[in-house]
Amino acid sequence: MNYFLLLQIALTHLRSRLRQTSVATLGVTFGIGMYISLIGFMTGLNNLMDDITMSNTAHVKLFQDIETNRKTVLDKVENSTPMTVVHHLKPKNTRKNIRNSINILDILKKDERIRDFSPRLTTQVFYTFGSIVLNGTALGIDPFKEQEVFDIKANLLEGSFEDLDSYANGIILGSGLAQKLSVMTGDRVNITSATGAQFSLKVVGIYEAGISMIDDIQSYVTLATAQKLMQKSKDYITDINIQLHDKELAIVLSKEFSQRFGCSAQDYITSNAQFEAGSGIRNMITYAVSITLLLIAGFGIYNILTMMIYEKMDDIAILKATGFSGKDVKNIFISQAMIIGIIGGILGILLGYGTCLAIDQIPFESPAIKSMDSMPINYDPKYYIIGVAFAMLTTFLAGYLPARKASQIDPVDIIRGK
Amino acid sequence: MDNKQVLIANKINKYFWKPQKFHVLKDISFSINSGEFVSVMGKSGCGKSTLLYVLSTMDTDYEGELILDGQTLTGKPNQDLAKARNEKIGFVFQFHYLLQEFSVLQNVMLPALKLGKLSKQEIEHNAYEKLKLLNIEDQALKKSSRLSGGQKQRVAIARALINDPMIIMGDEPTGNLDSKNAQNVFEIFQRLKEEQNQSLLIVTHDLDFAQKTDRIIEMLDGRIISHGYK
Repeated sequence: MNYFLLLQIALTHLRSRLRQTSVATLGVTFGIGMYISLIGFMTGLNNLMDDITMSNTAHVKLFQDIETNRKTVLDKVENSTPMTVVHHLKPKNTRKNIRNSINILDILKKDERIRDFSPRLTTQVFYTFGSIVLNGTALGIDPFKEQEVFDIKANLLEGSFEDLDSYANGIILGSGLAQKLSVMTGDRVNITSATGAQFSLKVVGIYEAGISMIDDIQSYVTLATAQKLMQKSKDYITDINIQLHDKELAIVLSKEFSQRFGCSAQDYITSNAQFEAGSGIRNMITYAVSITLLLIAGFGIYNILTMMIYEKMDDIAILKATGFSGKDVKNIFISQAMIIGIIGGILGILLGYGTCLAIDQIPFESPAIKSMDSMPINYDPKYYIIGVAFAMLTTFLAGYLPARKASQIDPVDIIRGK
Repeated sequence: MDNKQVLIANKINKYFWKPQKFHVLKDISFSINSGEFVSVMGKSGCGKSTLLYVLSTMDTDYEGELILDGQTLTGKPNQDLAKARNEKIGFVFQFHYLLQEFSVLQNVMLPALKLGKLSKQEIEHNAYEKLKLLNIEDQALKKSSRLSGGQKQRVAIARALINDPMIIMGDEPTGNLDSKNAQNVFEIFQRLKEEQNQSLLIVTHDLDFAQKTDRIIEMLDGRIISHGYK
């Protein structure tokens, strides 16, 4: 009952100073609205970058690294002094493929932490076209597994990965490569492998990753074709890309696999260290900007409430003289601040959401990013909740200080001042 | 019952510290009986308004003892003093001091709503009764800023009456009114005393006004020089 009465007094004050109230509310609205739209836009962009990077990076990648830090023969000799130093140790002629691959693939299949995996054979090839010989890479893949692991389908301009499987000697070329070789889907290209074997393959598709470094040199063939090019057996693969159910396990699992299988393993964080650093800095900027916006809104409220309280000195004296306590007066002004905060916060959410929808409509086409046709926006409700919570927190703090001052004012001082 | 003491002031001393130490109230002791209409007179600066603020509990910076309705108020926390002001004291200022943005009715109702003893309907009914008593019930729904000076003062009196206080205190309630309205306010006070046995303590400059009250307490330089008993 008592609090309801104080709330009514607070509302009457707000109504009678409608312009001031609106300005204060709009301050909050603007602050929260900008916070939501900015953070939606920035995290949207960050997520997009994450997706793009992750679509080309497996959580864990197994491969056979060249062994350079191996022990020398001298180290193996018993009673050798620890003083021996061998400079410029050359690598042995180690194999490029993963040892015992069939077993490893079997084990991976049974591991429940793994969502999908795809074996690969990466090999150097020459594309010959008339008198031109282009240096390049062919990726031998299992088309179905590869599609589970990476979103390669999104980059496909023509043809399909299923065709790769149905034609015995199919190949999918990068767009830059296809242009240089002047071929289209259905044409044939000649390929010479590093071992000297020559093949005539049928183009069943053209893809564009958006990165010319890749599009100009890379092509996809089936694992079997690649093994034929290399003149190797069915178990010859150079790397396995693994996607996990929980990507946070990547570091642990990469260590485990590398010990267990005796090959190298790299987690996605190590492979994308630069990207992760950039992403962290972008997030910091986002938070700095949003906190600034929210603080500005808070100062606006503080100013306006302080002014309101100075204007309402007489009212404070009257209320106190007629039996309202300092606490009552404080609650009246804090209620005013909170009402401004709640209304401003809710309007801010609407403004922010509207701005996000508007930004979402702005067309943005980039040849580099096929999956995007307009600005990326994140609509995560988390940020809307943070926005409103922060609005209420800042308005409470901004209202609390002037309200406490009002509660301490001695009515006699005001009355005597007349 | 008639001789029950509503308000007792016992050796009240007060100092102003700024700009320099100044002994403004010196050993003030007096009491007011139930149903007594007392006025306080004195020259400007003799401390009569200051005394009234001490008595009304709005000023707590004093020495001595203040007893209202048998209850010692000296040294009580602010929360209790606010409650005492709300329940037992009706205060009328020289300047009406109404809440400008509220209607006349709301202004009168607020102290009773704060007290919270009655339902809203009952309070509204009482507020109309008080406004009727002061012949101003037709203005009830107007904003208080729209009224004339005399009307505002009557609303302020109605507000002072809403919780049926033990005592009404007035700080020159007629000081800002023309003689006709001043006369009007006096008659209202007189009627309250006669009809409802209301105790009143009014600080005034107006000798005509004071002479019509039960007794006049005269002050000079912070001391009471006459209690006005005949």
